[in-house]
Amino acid sequence: MKPTGRRTNLLLNLASLLLLAGTLFLFHRYGSDYQVRILNNMAIFIILAVSYNLVNGVCGMLHLGPNAFITIGAYTSALLTMSPAEKELSFILEPLVWPLSAIQAPFSVSLLAAGLLAMGFAFLISFPVFRVRGDYLAIVTLGFGEVVRVLCNAMQSVTNGPLGLKGLVPHTHLGWSWGVAVVTVIFVTRLTNSSYGRAMKAIREDEIAARAMGVDPFKHLLLAFMVSAFFSGVAGGLLAHLITTISPNLFTFLLTFNLLIMIVVGGLGSTTGAVLGAALFTWAGEAMRVVERPMNFGSWSIPGIPGMRMVIFSLLLMGVILFRRHGIMGRREFSWDWLRGRRGPS
Amino acid sequence: MVVFAVCFCLTAGSVRAEDCRDSLRIGVYLPMTGSVAAYGDMEWAGIRIARDMEPEALGRKVELLLVDTKSDKIEAANAVTLLIERDKVVGILGEAISGNTMAGNPISELAGIPSVSPSATSPLVNQGKKFAFRACFIDPFQGQVAARFARSRLQAATAALIIDNAQDYSVGLGSFFAKQFTKDGGKIVSTAYIQTGDQDFSAQLSTLQAANPDIIYAPNYYTESALLAKQARDLGIRAPILTGDGAHSDTLIRIGGNAVEGMFLTGHFHRDAAGSPRAKEFIRRFTEQYKRDPDAFAALGGDAYFLLIDAVRRAGSTDGSRIRDALASTRGLDAVSGSISMGEGGTPVKGMVINKVENGGFVYVTTIEP
Amino acid sequence: MINGISLGSLYALVAIGYTMVYGILRLINFAHGDLLMFAAYSALYGTTLFALPWYWSFPLALLGTGLLGILVERSAYRPLRGAPRISLLISAIGVSFLLENLALVVIGGVPKPFPRPEVFDRVVEFMGIRIPVLTLYTPIITLVLLSGLLAVVFRTRVGKAMRAASTDFETTQLMGINLDRIISVTFLLGSVLAAAGGIMWSMKYPQVNPFMGVLPGLKAFIAAVLGGIGNIFGAVLGGFVLGVGEIFIVALVPQLSQYRDALSFLALILMLLFRPTGILGEPVEEKV
Repeated sequence: MKPTGRRTNLLLNLASLLLLAGTLFLFHRYGSDYQVRILNNMAIFIILAVSYNLVNGVCGMLHLGPNAFITIGAYTSALLTMSPAEKELSFILEPLVWPLSAIQAPFSVSLLAAGLLAMGFAFLISFPVFRVRGDYLAIVTLGFGEVVRVLCNAMQSVTNGPLGLKGLVPHTHLGWSWGVAVVTVIFVTRLTNSSYGRAMKAIREDEIAARAMGVDPFKHLLLAFMVSAFFSGVAGGLLAHLITTISPNLFTFLLTFNLLIMIVVGGLGSTTGAVLGAALFTWAGEAMRVVERPMNFGSWSIPGIPGMRMVIFSLLLMGVILFRRHGIMGRREFSWDWLRGRRGPS
Repeated sequence: MVVFAVCFCLTAGSVRAEDCRDSLRIGVYLPMTGSVAAYGDMEWAGIRIARDMEPEALGRKVELLLVDTKSDKIEAANAVTLLIERDKVVGILGEAISGNTMAGNPISELAGIPSVSPSATSPLVNQGKKFAFRACFIDPFQGQVAARFARSRLQAATAALIIDNAQDYSVGLGSFFAKQFTKDGGKIVSTAYIQTGDQDFSAQLSTLQAANPDIIYAPNYYTESALLAKQARDLGIRAPILTGDGAHSDTLIRIGGNAVEGMFLTGHFHRDAAGSPRAKEFIRRFTEQYKRDPDAFAALGGDAYFLLIDAVRRAGSTDGSRIRDALASTRGLDAVSGSISMGEGGTPVKGMVINKVENGGFVYVTTIEP
Repeated sequence: MINGISLGSLYALVAIGYTMVYGILRLINFAHGDLLMFAAYSALYGTTLFALPWYWSFPLALLGTGLLGILVERSAYRPLRGAPRISLLISAIGVSFLLENLALVVIGGVPKPFPRPEVFDRVVEFMGIRIPVLTLYTPIITLVLLSGLLAVVFRTRVGKAMRAASTDFETTQLMGINLDRIISVTFLLGSVLAAAGGIMWSMKYPQVNPFMGVLPGLKAFIAAVLGGIGNIFGAVLGGFVLGVGEIFIVALVPQLSQYRDALSFLALILMLLFRPTGILGEPVEEKV
């Protein structure tokens, strides 16, 4: 069977994008608020999972601090879109430092700023972070995640400390969240398939060999890290404007853990896997509320046990890691070839 | 992705077939798991007792629908959306934490569904909202009363602050206390910070000891307060400790033991202050069912329920705006934590109870009216 | 100062477990901190539910935790022996969360008070400073346990095998030593030490909750790295350095007390930057 030609590929991709846009539009018009909210959540998680997968899956570096970038993105975006009046209302303990107290910017600008600032932070910390590998890298990134959160709590004149920010205008709607999600997926896929991406995968497989072949690990890791941080930051801004309030305890290690589950179950190293993982996670999280309400089987009744959800998630992570380490997709990606191949040789 | 979206709408979006039109549906969103699960637990217990006491309104049975927020903001927002859309509730009780309530009540506000939070004390929570109410007083009030109490009753000239920097509640109380205390002529001689989950306060306490304050104001949650008290006493610090309603729980005494004897708490509730028959009945039923005394959070949970049900009855309908107006015009409602009249910004006007730990239990000292 | 030593010994106890496991398996056992939590709860239930006197329930808790450690190793780490490191780490994180959430479901989120036996409750006066007797006992008990451990590691055959395995994993296997058993023993010892740390921690800070092991676990890891991961003496040293350091910084600069944990992490980052093998570690050559 001939591999799908480039033109056909492009057409098929465009067609599916249109299909996506159409479906989203239908939900926007006729769907319930709840469904829309969950879809927004899903899109944001997709952005986060795909960008997280870039560092963890494609480069093979276990990075446990994505919550730092998300936090930075969320706060940046929120502080920029809040009106000065709203800021005065919120900062009841310590007034917001100038010039932040006077600035107000449109949503799109704030998202961009969020991504850029997160990226800048990634740049700064990549110097210490990439001096080490493996387990040390994990702990160091974890440390940075915590440090950022603690700082947000402490710097009351910038972030309003533990009170957090509220009253954000819910700018995030399906167009924004899914739009950014699509851009992220396309960008990351392009990156992974480029020569940079190949270098990153080489680093993942055997860093020393890669180095011997002339690949500069730091440059590539830095690139991956910064790209990942950018999208995570933007996602943070989107998240902030979805739930309209943020505070430091939104961005704890639990968030990182959830992202980890998404990419591991989906398949570490596969962008498609990350997308699937994120979608599954969002869906399962809500569907599993069933486990927590009392369940009625005819005449039996099992009382709801709150908390079972997290236990099941943990077991799922363990199960995947132990028995099907590659997750759903392994390292494969979705492609039109694969879909057509299922129909048998032509 | 598209496939999932489609799958999803088929499963989650469907309205439940049981069309209980004859029950009055009240939504409850509380943290039943996660880091602040303890409060959700206590408040849910209180709500259930209150429901048992008043199971009907408008001739219909009240049905409580609980959704867990997992102590998380994102989930809180989802929970409220779910309750309003899928369960079609007429009123909402929740959440326990100011931060999570701030994530949930913009949604109920938009939908025109009134919500009553048992314990969200941050002034930011109801700001600018018409449909958001609470059963508790707010941090500025509590901090101020604490300061006045410290100055006048405890005759304290100097005070030391120990504030939990990770809790908006603690930071808020500390700040308002400090302002009022200084205004009344006192002096803050030392300020130390802790973080929720900290277990070792020896360093902060040593510095505090050097400043020799007359009282210590430590508005933290019960775990930290108990540990703090223990370590302070171990170090030989004798100054009385004043804390806030977040510490009002049996667990404080069980963990703190002797060290928390003599600790003063500003709070919502004490069984001895509870004079009315309804309050007494609540306490009786609670103790009977759960084999322990109700704490402030359980009482507030019950009060939130009473507030809402009373409003529904007076509104005579399930229309959101009518209930909201009824809530806003609540006067002298007989509640577990005292008599409640709704004031500005959805915050009740009620007296603040001062409790003291004595002989291994909470003893009522006085009530300070606003 | 004494507080620092006391805190330090707690960290040291838990750090040893981390370092021992890392030395042989090159695995950071994220779940180590949760073993601490398990021990505390076991001791709690032993004393309250089963009404056992403390000198029965504490050792039982130690034993129980040791067994749990072995169970975790068998089910979550052994199957992944040949897998890429990242899988092991993820598995460890999974176990950690599983333990925490199971505890949450089974026991509930409300913190419970830990009964402090009379013996440990007294306070002594010493040169004008009042010191709870527990603060003094902790380092002493730590030293006792430590010497016990060192005796095992340096005097017994099992200990020798452990040391061999940590130096060169594959060769040890070739020498006919049953590696599985050695690893199980390592986990047993490490878990028991963590359990001891957990029980003493709960006596010092007498409340237990499902997430209590997270922070001590992380701090212990930092301690182990500071001292030189893979090296038992390093872990002890690191533990003390961290404990004393924390207390001192907060005492000297109270403004920074809120940043205490952040500072610990900062110390870790700095150490990894400039001397990744820690204070006592030996530089490890990467063989290509």
